[in-house]
Amino acid sequence: MNVPGGVDGGRTAVPLGLRFLLLTVFSLSLMLVDNRDDHLSRLRQIFSVAVYPIQITVSFPFKAWQVVSVSLSDRVSLLNENAELKSEQLKHEVRLQRMAALEAENIRLRVMLDSSPRVADRVLVAEILAVDLDPYRQRFSINRGLGDGVYVGQALLDANGIVGQIAGVDAFTSEVILISDADHAVPVSVNRNGLRTIAVGTGDSRRLSLPYLTNSADIESGDLLVSSGLGGVFPSGYPVGRVVEVRRQPGQLFAEVVAEPAAELNRDREVLLVWAAEDTKQSTRTTGLAEVEQ
Amino acid sequence: MRDPDTDWVLPLSTFVLALSLSVVPLPGVVATFRPDWVPLAIIYWAIVAPERFGLLTAMWLGLAADTLTGSLLGQHALAMLVVGYLCLRFHLRIRIFPVWQMSMSVLFMLAIYEFVLFWIDGAVGRTVPYVERWAPVITGVLLWPLILGTLDRIRQDNKARV
Repeated sequence: MNVPGGVDGGRTAVPLGLRFLLLTVFSLSLMLVDNRDDHLSRLRQIFSVAVYPIQITVSFPFKAWQVVSVSLSDRVSLLNENAELKSEQLKHEVRLQRMAALEAENIRLRVMLDSSPRVADRVLVAEILAVDLDPYRQRFSINRGLGDGVYVGQALLDANGIVGQIAGVDAFTSEVILISDADHAVPVSVNRNGLRTIAVGTGDSRRLSLPYLTNSADIESGDLLVSSGLGGVFPSGYPVGRVVEVRRQPGQLFAEVVAEPAAELNRDREVLLVWAAEDTKQSTRTTGLAEVEQ
Repeated sequence: MRDPDTDWVLPLSTFVLALSLSVVPLPGVVATFRPDWVPLAIIYWAIVAPERFGLLTAMWLGLAADTLTGSLLGQHALAMLVVGYLCLRFHLRIRIFPVWQMSMSVLFMLAIYEFVLFWIDGAVGRTVPYVERWAPVITGVLLWPLILGTLDRIRQDNKARV
């Protein structure tokens, strides 16, 4: 059976096979370029504007459900929650008072040591769009994009620790790669003794792996891992995870260490975007210069 | 009433619905069995109206799916092109098949669709679980008679009202 050539649209006389070949070559070259480099980010942004209504429509029922459940929750539970929050806040305030004193002391000590004081990082709250990306990768998208000054490589936190970093920025949304993605690694240090290593994602949102620790490394179950700030992506000193398992096998060179992420990677609704404090970099640079001049 | 042969509302809403369904958040286990809504939509329309929907429609839908799922730009587009090509090439035959034989053709096309995605994932070094990859093919085929029946019914109603 012979299918006539210009079936598609009935406008062209180009045979079906040839058109298929041309379009195939086109999409193959798109993939090649996209895999290689970042040249297509503008094209992606244009497409993402076109599909943005779909993302909004899809996440609308979930937002609506949140609103409804808040407005339907009864007075008693609201009062309870309020009381809980108040006591929580009191606790935090007490800790903040100590924090203020400590910060002042820290600055004083740093001045004495002639190094630059740490400046607080700028943050912005972003909401996670209820949209599933590829189920085999640990990624999601958030409702902040180019207009909010988001950039690729920017760090994301939640209330408990580091969540991930920005992998791609579109006009209104951005794609986030979680620290648990198998393609992601965070430079960390053990809070107890400052031991530096790298935490690699496993593809499972409840597990991180620390593959570069030797059998003799001083690490034990329960150790807190904080970001070390090396690598320049994540600000230093934020919790990344807690070691849950250390397996040392006598014949092996490296220990098998598993950590649980501090952030609630699979339960978050809101995350914080962090802008690393520019002033810190500036002042470090100037002090560095001053030292050279001396 | 609009003439169903030139009506754009039904196909367009099918495509938008298919794209939305393919990114609606589902709980973990169910998400594994999420059918490939977008190729199912293009299969239907390329078979019943090949003079209006073909390779270009398939490619645009594929690019939209790429953008939505954050995959490599062109990955879903290529898979959709292959499905679209098969539909156009064999639409005269597929159209006269009984439903079960049609479902077999759909099974074949969805399997090829997943294979192309799988192959590209492998080529750029992204590994995916083996078994889960083929679950959407099964659910897609099981849903096909339902999709076929529903859309055919709507189109016939439209035609009757003209």
